[in-house]
Amino acid sequence: MRRALLFLGIAGLAPLLFWGMRGLPPFGSYPGPYGFLLNQVAVAERHATDVVSAINFDYRGFDTLGEEFILFTSVAGAALLLRREKGEEETDDDAHDREPRRLPPPTSAAVRVFGVALVGLTVAFGLYMISHGAVSPGGGFQGGVILATAPLAVYLVAEARTFKRIAPKNLTEVGEASGAAGYVLVGLAGLVVGRTFLENVLPLGTAGEVDGAGTIEVLNVIVGIEIAAGFVVLLTAFIEETLRRRLRREQR
Amino acid sequence: MIGWLQTGVLLLVAVSGAGVVLSRDPLEQSVAVSFYGLILALMFFLHQAPDVALSQIVVGAVALPLMILLALAKVHQQQEDREREDQREAGKARK
Repeated sequence: MRRALLFLGIAGLAPLLFWGMRGLPPFGSYPGPYGFLLNQVAVAERHATDVVSAINFDYRGFDTLGEEFILFTSVAGAALLLRREKGEEETDDDAHDREPRRLPPPTSAAVRVFGVALVGLTVAFGLYMISHGAVSPGGGFQGGVILATAPLAVYLVAEARTFKRIAPKNLTEVGEASGAAGYVLVGLAGLVVGRTFLENVLPLGTAGEVDGAGTIEVLNVIVGIEIAAGFVVLLTAFIEETLRRRLRREQR
Repeated sequence: MIGWLQTGVLLLVAVSGAGVVLSRDPLEQSVAVSFYGLILALMFFLHQAPDVALSQIVVGAVALPLMILLALAKVHQQQEDREREDQREAGKARK
């Protein structure tokens, strides 16, 4: 019965799909004038050699503000849903977890060495990605996530205590909130100094240099902080349960 | 103009997408969806969109499977807790 319904649906949808696909413009064709226009003027106007970044953080910076707040609210929502409730604290007992077979095997020296190398590389690559957003592909969003994987690598190879120490909850929460607020503040600076919200009011440098693109660079850094902190907040919320047990075990 | 590389990567997208749908175990599926995200990033790259490819790698190949894995771990843990609770209740009832 289910299969019959499926085939009925496919039989109905397939002609519609083919009909629609026949009306598609040819592969690679682009109808609008804006892309061509921006490709010609963006580097001269904004000194950003990555036109995608110039569009995201300047020409349509207001949309990116919305995108940033989508992430902010979803992180806040997930943290709210996963918070520890008062009742949970008292009912749990970890006698079961103290059994020897439940203990995680200690991480080997090879894993630790690899982890240390990985963390250094990840942090460097994340910072590079964030700071070179206006110059080459990448930017605050991508670099922020890369940066956030560094504490995760630490959690995987080291003790839970180390994770707590390098990514304390207060710090990541403040980082996330100030990243979200910073974007709005840069926008307001445009309103105060210039004429419009998010106007690129900082002096432009040489095109192709990291500090050449004015507020695009500043916004990339702010978004990088917000995304990195937001992801670590999410990670902390998810692994808090495991973390608490491991911490208690380490203290013993 | 579609080149051979683009055609090949589109076929890979189709195959790995079907792989995601056809894998039944959530744990296997999270690995499959990560691979699918990587192939999608390759497709974006071959269609001259390196910015989108980077976003796709971090979101589709890293962040999404990670969230699925962590959510699965959380669900498993709650299930275990509940089972232990049930066992204790049963033990009390016997006394």
